[in-house]
Amino acid sequence: MAGIFEFAKGSFRLITRGGPAYAAWVGALLVGVVIGLFGYAQQFRAGLIATNMRDQVTWAFYIGNFTFLVGVAAAAVLLVIPAYVYQWKPIKEVVILGELLAISAIVMCLLFVLVDMGRPDRLLHIVPLLGSPNWPNSLLAWDALVLNIYLVINVLVVVHILYAGYRGRPYNHRFVIPLVLASIPMAVGIHTVTAFLYNGMAARPYWNASILAPRFLASAFCSGPAVLLILFQVLRRTTGLEIKNEAIWKVAELMAYAMFFNLFLLGAELFKEFYSATEHLTYTRYYWFGIGEHRALVPYAWGSLVASLVAFLLFLIPKTRQHWITLNLGCVLIWAGVYVEKGIGLVLPGMTPDTLGEIYDYTPSLVEWTVALGVFCVGFLVFTALVRVAVPIMSGTFRHPGASAQPAVP
Amino acid sequence: MNHDPLPEVEVALAGRTPAGRRRFLRSALASVAVAGLSACKMEEFLGRNYRELSRDELGSILARLEQKHSAGYGKAVRVGNEAAQPGVDFGYGLDLSRCIGCRRCVYACVKENNQSRTEPQIHWIKVLELNKEHGVDLGHADAYYEADEVPRPGHFYMPVQCQQCAHPACVKACPVGATWKEPDGIVVVDYDWCIGCRCCMSACPYGARRFNWAEPNLPKEEMNPDTHYLGNRPRPKGVVEKCTFCIQRVRKGRYPACVEICPVGARKFGNLLDPQSEIRQVMETKRVFVFKEELRTEPQFYYFYAT
Repeated sequence: MAGIFEFAKGSFRLITRGGPAYAAWVGALLVGVVIGLFGYAQQFRAGLIATNMRDQVTWAFYIGNFTFLVGVAAAAVLLVIPAYVYQWKPIKEVVILGELLAISAIVMCLLFVLVDMGRPDRLLHIVPLLGSPNWPNSLLAWDALVLNIYLVINVLVVVHILYAGYRGRPYNHRFVIPLVLASIPMAVGIHTVTAFLYNGMAARPYWNASILAPRFLASAFCSGPAVLLILFQVLRRTTGLEIKNEAIWKVAELMAYAMFFNLFLLGAELFKEFYSATEHLTYTRYYWFGIGEHRALVPYAWGSLVASLVAFLLFLIPKTRQHWITLNLGCVLIWAGVYVEKGIGLVLPGMTPDTLGEIYDYTPSLVEWTVALGVFCVGFLVFTALVRVAVPIMSGTFRHPGASAQPAVP
Repeated sequence: MNHDPLPEVEVALAGRTPAGRRRFLRSALASVAVAGLSACKMEEFLGRNYRELSRDELGSILARLEQKHSAGYGKAVRVGNEAAQPGVDFGYGLDLSRCIGCRRCVYACVKENNQSRTEPQIHWIKVLELNKEHGVDLGHADAYYEADEVPRPGHFYMPVQCQQCAHPACVKACPVGATWKEPDGIVVVDYDWCIGCRCCMSACPYGARRFNWAEPNLPKEEMNPDTHYLGNRPRPKGVVEKCTFCIQRVRKGRYPACVEICPVGARKFGNLLDPQSEIRQVMETKRVFVFKEELRTEPQFYYFYAT
């Protein structure tokens, strides 16, 4: 028990103290959180009328961000599979960072759902036993369940491994391995269920395509690791953490394959829509070309496609994949491309035109921008705090006084 | 059947049914006095799902609502809870060849059902102006035409409201069971259980559901005091609402307000199970169709061309 207390105290010290760069980073995030809180206070008082969502477009920026972040959370699996199943050394060292990212991403997901709710005070109505979740029919009821289970699994694994590392003990394989094995289908599960949330709606032909869930997975396998690749480089430079070059390049290579698959599925979908050219083409056309003067999404659509294509080429060619400038450029492009594709590029064309043919050109309101900023800052704060504690444990500098000195890498 | 009072013997067995388990868990939670909340506060905080209330509990909730709204609107407000009549399944008919697009139904509905007047302006009925050349093609629909100039040559009018589907996509999508289909065919919303996630609005193929984006704006003097718990009682901010065929009227044998107001008699209403009803006459003598038939939602709202 004393060990846990010491651990908590030590972690608190690590999180609250740091150099000027760290203080500036955390300070900036806190400012973002405060801005977000102001925005949310305004929304809470006025109602969701403070957003630009209306009856025609009932889900928008918040739910788009939620969807994108489910993908980021699911992507931890990309690193977990080779590390745990194939006992592959170079990536195994950094899997824990992927899991930390998953935890932060899920926190952001849950917050984005919360800020989108008309009645956040009734959140407990969806909780089993306390409320009345509509199983098995409602996909949102399932989504809430699987996201929370995924969060709990990742928290358990991370806390156990880190605490064992802190005590200088090997982690308990009988505890960790089954949970990690469970987290692999869960990661696929959270993104599939989220895809089904859209996919199941016959009223929205743009979403009602069976290719949706595979596309979700393919794009997630690009966007999640893109964050990690940049993070690995930052941590290598700022901490004693050793991350091998070949680990980074391997992840980049896997991302190239995932992006190829993602683009292929997009092509398959576009072919079907344009060749058959039924009434359902309307939504795809709105996204890519606009309808009449309604062209709000067109630049995003093409920008996202170009970003994804360029990133695919950069990651496919070994020379550019292994060059730091082009590698990081690729990461940013992938992030941008998938952010549009799985965010507004998914949600808005699904609802425009609406089910009675009306076109409402939605753009996020100032309140939506500030609330989204706040949620992202909370997520990055959570991630920063987790990394701040995890890295010294992994490199062996944050240790229980009584623990043996050798580093305990997961 | 959902509102039967819980018999004494069954109280001991609470925990056997999902509702019982919830009740048990709630009182357990309440009794450990989470964060100093009393049991009553906890219940209030969690809210109550209409379908799990006993008759006594519902009675006290209705009384509390009546008291609250009577005080708030300065008139004697009645919050009714008339149940579905056995042997009744409501159906609606709309004669597209008669409708002139005057929107009187829209405003009669707003008045009867206590919708928010402005900010947000909520209409349960939306009348589409369609092009005769294109027929029922939503790509050419206009909901914002000038009602003073109707009917415009070359156009016809199609009012759309909740289709009270036999297989409602909205009910399936709701994550908390706050909306359901009543035995008489009416799809209702429990405004005290809805979490405002708007899944139902994404799922509805008819754009029939409306959201209270802000605190509804219902002037005292315009408030209709004859209300129903599942229908036109005043709604809070942040929940979904929709047409209920005027549940507060039709369960007492009256016509929906839109049927009553229609100046050209385009709207028909009745019991689908009664062979003598007006709606059955329409179905047997006219060529009827349902909107977006390919989605298999099976609306209980039938469009037809009488002439």
